[in-house]
Amino acid sequence: MLALYSNPKWLSVTRAAVDRLAEVLGFPVEQCRSITRAVDEALTNIVRHSYRNRPDQPIAMYFRKAHRRQDGQVQQGLEILLCDRGPAVEACKLQGRSLDEIRPGGLGLHFIRQAMNTVEFTRKGPTNRLRLVKYLAQENSVL
Amino acid sequence: MQISARRHDKTTIFDLSGDIDFANSPVVRESVLREIRESRTPRVLLNLSQVRYMDSSGVASLVEGLKASRDLGSRFILVGLSTSTRDVLQLSRLIKVFEIYDNEEQAMAS
Repeated sequence: MLALYSNPKWLSVTRAAVDRLAEVLGFPVEQCRSITRAVDEALTNIVRHSYRNRPDQPIAMYFRKAHRRQDGQVQQGLEILLCDRGPAVEACKLQGRSLDEIRPGGLGLHFIRQAMNTVEFTRKGPTNRLRLVKYLAQENSVL
Repeated sequence: MQISARRHDKTTIFDLSGDIDFANSPVVRESVLREIRESRTPRVLLNLSQVRYMDSSGVASLVEGLKASRDLGSRFILVGLSTSTRDVLQLSRLIKVFEIYDNEEQAMAS
């Protein structure tokens, strides 16, 4: 579990930790990069949208092994749960924008969905919960 | 993240290093837009060879720089993209929108 405040200065620290964790779990370099990018974008969304750039709000991150049955085999993976206590998020605002447009903004969700096998947003009591899961290809599994 | 600027002929070259993320992309955005809009430099070149990471807010800053350049008829050039930076531009489907060169020499000769 990793607890941090919503100050953007912690983003680089979190990226380093997630990248190293993914590497230790056996993800290939390019997937370490994309998982790290997804978590970074998710945290940025919390800071910007949930906490409206207030730097002193709590964020909790939970990491655990995940597994699923795929084609008769058990596939291992990494599950990351990001929790914040901002206002409830409207599901319709979690769609991302079309990539056909050339304009700034709206790319973070696209990066998250591109990187992860599972992206689930739920609201539980006063907490926004974003669950991200990435599974390893069988030959990379060291979990 | 560090950013510095130098001038060569009619080109302003920004040297960036480190990570461009939500914490510091506003500095990149403001520096680049000020150069384009106030100095009216005909060619703005961003040397990204020392940038290890760029998030979506960094990409947004580049898009704003590109748009401001187009509005004023100047050129906006990216140089020395790392694998990570190239990745995000490809994922954003913006890689073909920018004028990109491998190194500064090629860009200056273009």
